Amino acid sequence: MPPSDGKVLVLPAPADRCPFDPPSAYQQAAAAASVTRTELWDGSICWLVTGHDEVRTVLGDQRFSAEPHRPGFPFLTPGRRQVVVDNPVFLRMDDPDHARLRRMLTGDFLVKRVEEQRPAIQRIVDETLDRMVAGGSPADLVTEFALPVPSLVICELLGVPYANHEHFQQLSRTLLDTSKSELEVGTAQRELRSYLTELAEHKRREPADDILSRLANREDLSPRETAASALLLLVAGHETTANMTALSTLALLRAPEQAARLRSGETTAKAAVEELLRYLSIVQIGVPRAAIEDLTLGGTRIRAGEGVLCMLSTANRDDEVFPDGDELDLDRDARRHLAFGFGVHQCLGQPLARAELQIALRTLFLRLPGLRLAVDEAELTYRTTMVVHGVDSLPVAW
Amino acid sequence: MLVTVDRGRCCSSGQCVLTAPTVFDQSDEDGLVEVLQPTPPAYLAPDVRLAATLCPGRAITVT
Repeated sequence: MPPSDGKVLVLPAPADRCPFDPPSAYQQAAAAASVTRTELWDGSICWLVTGHDEVRTVLGDQRFSAEPHRPGFPFLTPGRRQVVVDNPVFLRMDDPDHARLRRMLTGDFLVKRVEEQRPAIQRIVDETLDRMVAGGSPADLVTEFALPVPSLVICELLGVPYANHEHFQQLSRTLLDTSKSELEVGTAQRELRSYLTELAEHKRREPADDILSRLANREDLSPRETAASALLLLVAGHETTANMTALSTLALLRAPEQAARLRSGETTAKAAVEELLRYLSIVQIGVPRAAIEDLTLGGTRIRAGEGVLCMLSTANRDDEVFPDGDELDLDRDARRHLAFGFGVHQCLGQPLARAELQIALRTLFLRLPGLRLAVDEAELTYRTTMVVHGVDSLPVAW
Repeated sequence: MLVTVDRGRCCSSGQCVLTAPTVFDQSDEDGLVEVLQPTPPAYLAPDVRLAATLCPGRAITVT
């Protein structure tokens, strides 16, 4: 690999443009070439992949490994290294180990299984909105709606008591915060894992109809693997959807004519959510892989043992696939977006995330037609050091 | 048009069912893809082709 030009890429790069747009560091790389070299915090050099086609190729090709012990695997921050090493989660395994562990969970996220849950999700959305409205206008949409809805949904599915939500939400935030030290991240991960291990032991004695009970009672799964899988579902299950809900609401408040079409049903919630997923691409940190064979990607020679980072946010703005990709257009066909990743690791929970977002956004805008920001937009602050992009708080009135 | 699948490559993401629900299903038993109509009518061709493109495991072949 050629030497780097000495510029170190900070991940996630500082959001220096519109809060919905990928940071200019990613955009500049994308404008230069779909595959460029970059230097990371630890002095390692890796390939930054920004084009739609190239990101799909990397994530869909098992010659790029997801295992962090592979030579060249890029660690995005010291805290990320702490998270991915020593955590037997299938997200960071290759097949056949990955497939063995993932398939234990696929039954719970089948499209038809999630469709059956729509009435239950609608009830959670309605009740959460009732509570927010009863609390009076204005309110913080993040703490009163966007975060409770997916937390309640995943708690019920997984079998985690919602009463513990402050505890696990705080640990989860630390886990995903790139500004935290390795020590802080490691402590949060151990604490969350031991909480879930204890809960799994309880479920072994008294099983209920939930995912954790089913995992805890499998003989082919070690307690460590059970806790790691549960941790992934719990964290991914609420952080991503919560941030998507709040940021989507803000994006729609800034595009009132598009929000009006969603309200009238002219634009379906289904189409709107696909475009919001594409446009917001909240996983703003790169998806890491290590090449295990020599190969050519977008005209660039990549060798075994070199690291690769796939930027979903720039891939989702690729003008060749999404004309005027920097524009939010709820009526475009955005289904080719890569917001959930691609390849065998593509988000397992995506049918659930889609159902939650469709129901939450449609219900929010229908029930509160006067929904508006309660502060000046310039006062809003964003989660710039988080693996998953979002807004810190979203004061709204109605 | 003939639709075939390699179930060994399926990762149960559900893209095919969301895109062409009358052609694809997911098995109750193992969550893997099932083809309901191996020779779907021509009007479904765009959906079926998109489903093949969206499949993250590249498990769907359309010939």
